[in-house]
Amino acid sequence: MSPWLLGPVQAALALLLAPGLVGAIRWMKARLQNRSGAPPWQPYLELRKLFAKEVVVSNNASWLFRAAPFIVFGSTVAVTLLVPLLAVPLPFDGAGDLLVVVYLLLLGTFFLALAGLDPGSPFGGMGASREMTVAALAEPTMALAIFALAWSAGSTNLGHIAARVLATPTEALAPGHVLAFAAIFVVTLAETGRLPVDNPATHLELTMIHEAMVLEYSGRYLALIEWAAALKLLVFFTLLGNLFAPWGIAAALTPGALLWAVLTLALKLLALGGVVALVETHIAKLRLFRVPELLSASFILALLAVTASFLLR
Amino acid sequence: MRALFLLLIAGYASGAAAALALGTGALSRWASALGAIVGASAGLALAAGVCIRGAAFSLDAPGFFGPVGGMAFTLDPLGAVFLALTSLVAAPSALYGAGYARLWEGRPALRQVGFMLNVFLLTMSLVPLAGGTLTFLLVWEGMSLSSYFLVMTESDEPEVVSAGQWYLAMTQIGLACLLGSFLLLQSGGPGGFSALRAAALTLPPGTRDAVFALALIGFGSKAGLIPLHVWLPRAHPAAPSHVSALMSGAMIKMGIYGLLRVSLDLLGGGPAWWGGLVLALGAVSALLGVLYALMEHDLKSLLAYHSVENIGLITMGVGAGLLFGSLQMPAAATLALVAALYHTVNHAVFKGLLFLGAGAVLHATGMRDMNRLGGLIRGMPWTAALFLVGSAAISGLPPLNGFVSEWLLFQSLLPGIGAPSPLVAVLMVLSLGMLALTAGLCAACFVKAFGITFLAIPRSPEAAAAHEVSWSMRAGMVVLAVACLVLSIGAFEIVPRLSSFVAPLVGVAGPAPSFSVGLALQTPGGFARMSPALVAAGLALVVLTAWLAVKAFASRRPVRVGETWGCGRVVQTPRMEYTATAFAEPLRRIFAAVYRPSEDVSVDFHPDSRYFVQSISYHSAIVPWFERYLYAPVISRVRSWSERVLALQSGSAHAYLTYLVLALVLLLGWLVVTGQP
Repeated sequence: MSPWLLGPVQAALALLLAPGLVGAIRWMKARLQNRSGAPPWQPYLELRKLFAKEVVVSNNASWLFRAAPFIVFGSTVAVTLLVPLLAVPLPFDGAGDLLVVVYLLLLGTFFLALAGLDPGSPFGGMGASREMTVAALAEPTMALAIFALAWSAGSTNLGHIAARVLATPTEALAPGHVLAFAAIFVVTLAETGRLPVDNPATHLELTMIHEAMVLEYSGRYLALIEWAAALKLLVFFTLLGNLFAPWGIAAALTPGALLWAVLTLALKLLALGGVVALVETHIAKLRLFRVPELLSASFILALLAVTASFLLR
Repeated sequence: MRALFLLLIAGYASGAAAALALGTGALSRWASALGAIVGASAGLALAAGVCIRGAAFSLDAPGFFGPVGGMAFTLDPLGAVFLALTSLVAAPSALYGAGYARLWEGRPALRQVGFMLNVFLLTMSLVPLAGGTLTFLLVWEGMSLSSYFLVMTESDEPEVVSAGQWYLAMTQIGLACLLGSFLLLQSGGPGGFSALRAAALTLPPGTRDAVFALALIGFGSKAGLIPLHVWLPRAHPAAPSHVSALMSGAMIKMGIYGLLRVSLDLLGGGPAWWGGLVLALGAVSALLGVLYALMEHDLKSLLAYHSVENIGLITMGVGAGLLFGSLQMPAAATLALVAALYHTVNHAVFKGLLFLGAGAVLHATGMRDMNRLGGLIRGMPWTAALFLVGSAAISGLPPLNGFVSEWLLFQSLLPGIGAPSPLVAVLMVLSLGMLALTAGLCAACFVKAFGITFLAIPRSPEAAAAHEVSWSMRAGMVVLAVACLVLSIGAFEIVPRLSSFVAPLVGVAGPAPSFSVGLALQTPGGFARMSPALVAAGLALVVLTAWLAVKAFASRRPVRVGETWGCGRVVQTPRMEYTATAFAEPLRRIFAAVYRPSEDVSVDFHPDSRYFVQSISYHSAIVPWFERYLYAPVISRVRSWSERVLALQSGSAHAYLTYLVLALVLLLGWLVVTGQP
């Protein structure tokens, strides 16, 4: 296979797997809570239904409201071209590094927050304000965790980091790496709107963050946003899975290696999804003003990760 | 080159003359703008010439101010970057100003602004051209005074007068420090920069430190570094908007220019604490700047605080450059300085754009208070789209220029952990965290600034009735918005050039590192690679594909327009919307320790029962602590001293005669004591 095809293949695979990941987490969570729950493929049916439905747009909304879903979706798909989903070396590794991933995701958040404000509903404003607050507070943790990872791997480019850990497996257990993993895990919960920061299942006004922001969306626009949200979760899981434990990722573009890479990726996603389901079953949502405490704890973890990398350099 | 230099002066001078001579009508507006545009184009061409050839241009004019040594002009590539960014903002601002100035038709203000704007642009363009101390200080003061007069355009408002006083005081304190700095540096010799450069090497370390410290205060007050920034959030809202764009886009950058010129070029770098101090000041300015911007609901004050923030980011780059330079890490130092210079140019462009956008809003609605705006995207689609471009650029979002320079800044701090001293490593890591927090908060702030101002339902009748501004104002903004994209995509061409300008300053032996491979940027040692052009292309491609796919495969039922869902309320009013205050409320609570807001709640109960509340009034204010603890005591001290001095001025002629006699007696006594004839 040509290496240049890997980009589109990655994007297509990520788009295909993302709704399943969300469905699987919901299903596992239901089982952990002794409910039978919807089948794991439910999100695919929801997407199909939403794409076929009529769109209702608020009379206060402007063109930005209609453009935002495409920007949110597009920026998230663009990220899937940069993350090491299946194989290293990545063809587009030179186009962007981990910082570009963070900024592309911020681009999506920025436009989603603007779209939340656009219809003039108090819910949208509330969601936008909270989402941007959480996003801003998660940035320092992410930056420092990247710093710790990059320092031990000698690069901020994702393919390099994964390849480095593959080459020296002991690196994966270095304290800097483990602490950075923990820090990014907390950021994942915050950035993808999971408990204890945001409750993906709620539609209670006072506790919503992400759901409040997208409350005015319907039909194909909502489908794009939901899909992008699932994709963002998959991207973060892939970062956690393939930067810190890249085993299984294909080193050559042969069908066998790629198939094995898809399998291990699916397993890693399921395992991380299981952890999130477990966390969401055991932890209640934090009050909004307790969230900074959680994020400062993750910042301390990232700081420790950097310190460990510094001491063991 | 010489011809371009003369054209620069002639353009601005003719613009100024036209403003004085042609009255207060449309002719004067356009003629003075045309002069400025000619001057700016010549400036841009001159700067481009020096940048491309890589060789300095110099011109001596011993005839001007002959008795004190004459004027000398030199433009090296470092200066050319600053001349380029000044001219880049000047031309669109002048074009915009031609439309904006219709406001003052038939009033003397038109003449004053037309004249002073050209003088301001001329002196500001000459600052990076100055080749000696005297020339530098003359054009520097010319720039400060002309901008003071521009701030005072609407001087019948007390707010403006107060802003002008703050600005004048800060800029004169800065000038005093610069005079001190140059006096110490000069130590008797002639004032040409090349002579100073040679003499600076032989200065004792204590003097060098003093020169640096005074220059840092002097230039820092112009740049708006915290705690010397107090004039910015006052003067920027008071000034006409295209003047704010120029002050914020170009003038405060001259502080950065001066700092680079004195600390790196003339002094040739210094001990590690210089860089550490500058880096720490930058990080604090960046974070506090954005935190105060979040609490600001006056659109132009908000932008002014963002200038403090961005100057902080630039200063972080300069500080990291100085620090790495002193630690003998020339490649890292070059990268940091490239990031700083690149962000300087980028900030000039997007902040210019944002101030012009804010000016368009002010022009259309007469308001700057975001809590009374809203819904402008319908009446002013051009301004809204262009302001959105500026907001995305300043928030560091790909694929615009702010993203590229912020990426470079991040990358330039990363080598810090490899520094030999743990203290430096700690400083770098903390700066990195602050940089990331600043970037995140900046995005939050611009969601607020754009979302509350331009989206949703108008919050006042003025906002509902807003109309798009004139074509010249729009054209000025379009030029800057296009520049935001060009400066991002062209990074692979710009970065190697900037690198070749700054590398000699930090002692890179041999050719300058290019930091660029094909379309991508690459940091030293291949540590990181990123291509703004490919990111832009990829994003455009993916968004377009998604749009086409949705168009092809999703439901084709037409979009139905309905009402915003509101839990069954009967009618939606603007009072139900989130305001700027509400948007920033979570962050205000989280950072309450920094803001220390004063809150005052008073509840009016019904006279018969405390269970019935008649009204609740809530007031909250945030007074920045440096104003309360740093400036307030100084101001009250100065005031009490002046009042004591006032006692001398009793108004009685007898008292004044007594002073004369006393002075005479004292003088005679002094002559007797010292024994002079």
